Amino acid sequence: MDTSVLSLGFLQTGREAVIKDFNGGRNFHQRLLDLGLVRGIKVRVIKNDMTGPLIISIGEGRLAIGRGMALKIIVKEVNGSCL
Amino acid sequence: METAKVIKIKNEAQIVVALAGNPNSGKTTIFNNLTGARQHVGNWPGVTVEKKEGQFVSEGKVVRVVDLPGTYSLGAYSEDEAVARNYIAFEKPDVVINVVDATNLERNLYLTLQLLEMGANVVIALNMTDELKAKRMDINTAKLSELLGVRVVPTVATQNQGIKELVNQTLQAAKIKDREPLKISYGKEVEYELAAIEQDILSNPELSVRFSPRWLAVKVLEGDEDILKKLEGYIDLRQLLTKRETAIKRLEGILGDEIDSLIADRRYGFISGLAKEVITRRQTAEDRLSSSDKIDRIVTNRYLGIPIFLLAMWAVFQFTFKVGDPLIGWIENLFEWLGGTTGTWLESIGTSELLVSLIVDGIIGSVGSVLVFIPNIFLLFFAISILEDSGYMARAAYIMDRFMHSLGLHGKSFIPLLIGFGCNVPAIMATRTLENKHDRLITILINPLMSCTARLPVYVLFAGAFFSARQGLVIFSIYLLGLILAVLSGLLFKRFLFKGETSHFVMELPPYRVPTLKSTLIHMWERGSSFIRKAGTIIFAVVVLIWVLSNLPAGVEYASHNSVLGRIGGFIAPIFKPAGFGTWEAAAALIFGILAKEVVVGTLGIVYGVGEAGLTDVISNYWTPLSAYAFMVMTLIYIPCIATIAAIKRETNSWGWTIFAISYSLILGWLMAVLVYQIGRLIGLG
Repeated sequence: MDTSVLSLGFLQTGREAVIKDFNGGRNFHQRLLDLGLVRGIKVRVIKNDMTGPLIISIGEGRLAIGRGMALKIIVKEVNGSCL
Repeated sequence: METAKVIKIKNEAQIVVALAGNPNSGKTTIFNNLTGARQHVGNWPGVTVEKKEGQFVSEGKVVRVVDLPGTYSLGAYSEDEAVARNYIAFEKPDVVINVVDATNLERNLYLTLQLLEMGANVVIALNMTDELKAKRMDINTAKLSELLGVRVVPTVATQNQGIKELVNQTLQAAKIKDREPLKISYGKEVEYELAAIEQDILSNPELSVRFSPRWLAVKVLEGDEDILKKLEGYIDLRQLLTKRETAIKRLEGILGDEIDSLIADRRYGFISGLAKEVITRRQTAEDRLSSSDKIDRIVTNRYLGIPIFLLAMWAVFQFTFKVGDPLIGWIENLFEWLGGTTGTWLESIGTSELLVSLIVDGIIGSVGSVLVFIPNIFLLFFAISILEDSGYMARAAYIMDRFMHSLGLHGKSFIPLLIGFGCNVPAIMATRTLENKHDRLITILINPLMSCTARLPVYVLFAGAFFSARQGLVIFSIYLLGLILAVLSGLLFKRFLFKGETSHFVMELPPYRVPTLKSTLIHMWERGSSFIRKAGTIIFAVVVLIWVLSNLPAGVEYASHNSVLGRIGGFIAPIFKPAGFGTWEAAAALIFGILAKEVVVGTLGIVYGVGEAGLTDVISNYWTPLSAYAFMVMTLIYIPCIATIAAIKRETNSWGWTIFAISYSLILGWLMAVLVYQIGRLIGLG
């Protein structure tokens, strides 16, 4: 089990991770909660060009998320994720 | 949008049903299925959120359906959420139909849970059940119904499946009067604080009869400002707030997390337990890319995304004008013929000249100039509806995010700007999806620089008369100029008016779906007809007004320089001399263009005394290619039309910003027109 903790913005395409923490204001946090991004939830990066917004999947849903926002989400990578 | 009553919605409906659900859950389709065309669109009092209502009759009962804004949650972080939440809490509809996207159950249930916590009388419409198969999922509806204690009806709204059953279950549910609110356990520590706050609320009997005390306690703990305001009359708010402060300090100290997070975690915990019980997956969802993802690989690709997007836009405009133009020609001919024959017939029965002129030039002419825009507007809205319903619009926002980011806006701002090419009024209304106030304001202010379809006839007229060979290119250059100016203005506003961080860009990318013709048509009809109503009445009134001004003072030659119209134009004309069109005719057209841009061409037709059909030949006597181009630039930029101004006022809720929008566009337009003309003369184009 890899225990690397990093910002969601740096997670590469196809990788999976569990959300650990948020660095941001209350409004920012609330927006994420409403869309189902809570601590402990598993997300997968569908697309990350390392510039511009990302596309991530949570369960069956897909979210587009701005880079600035993604950088404020701290995740822990789950091993063995591949496309 | 003004309220337009398709039918009189009875207020004495026996049952009131509210429709709640996430965006993209198919709520609108269900609403259309339930109410058909019997709906009317208005506004929620005091806010700028659209309110749709309709009704149907079943088993002899009149049922009023209120479509709440699509939201993910019932907090109070956006106007939409507050409207939905307040309606359910304070208006107490008999039943709340919660439309749930079956393919994304976990996220949709977050809203369901909050509805149940409020004690709303919920019936779940489990929508899009036809897509479960493809996702290799099963949902046990009986189990879901049992665990939540509400009726669950599987539906496929796009094919009208399950709607009858939904109506039956709703009528059954309406008999339930008091529903026990759902109680989610928030854990020992939070529960302890909730109980203390609940005690305070229970001390006021009136309050605990109106609302679920527990729900109020949760809202107080969440720090929901709307609800706290409501409590003011009933309870010692200062004391309650102090209590809340202490409670939150204690909780966040013990549990090491923000209260919002603690509450949301518990809700999602409840949901994931529920999901495990009712969803069977025949393969793990995460192990495969859906077909939407495969399409997205291409559509949102770094290098292909923008070309594909531009191609889509090109297709939209091609479709709008290629299909629309023959229809327009047909309408024009019809009205010319109608005007001609009516005139002849009226004269033959000895009607006075003035009356003939009013009927032919004034009334028939103005109805004609309203109807001429129907094909383009409707086709454009048709195309935009397809883009929205298919899911592509969200991708467009994603693709443009990088570009918009450089303007300090985010991808979502792009959609209103795009709609602006159709009509700035719905476009400015579409800025409501932007959470950040500054983003909204900037998007509203630069929106009129997107050249709407109403301005197109002016370009077509002048470009056709002076640049016939390069007509398309010239018109395109005007559109492009608008875009460039919008970008520059946006940057300036961002820099000088709203210093601040860029807001958060996060949005759902719904799976691609094939739009159904029915829903596309309904969308098109809704937007198109509201535009026509708005434009129709204004344009009609304006053209008749012009006719009157052209005929006053009594006995003056129609629309001559001595008429009131001519004098007003003559008074203003010198201002436009440096721009090459300092004639009273041009000035008059611009003045009336403020009332509606469509009127510019009509006014020119009247002041040159030729009607719209003969204009092309006449204007070459009065204009040069250069002054014509300067006039096109002016038309593009100067003061937005009255309907757009009204929309700006409504959406910014401030006269200050509205006046700012008017003045900056007027100054910018004049400057640009003068620049074009003077530079053109310098390089010898005059």
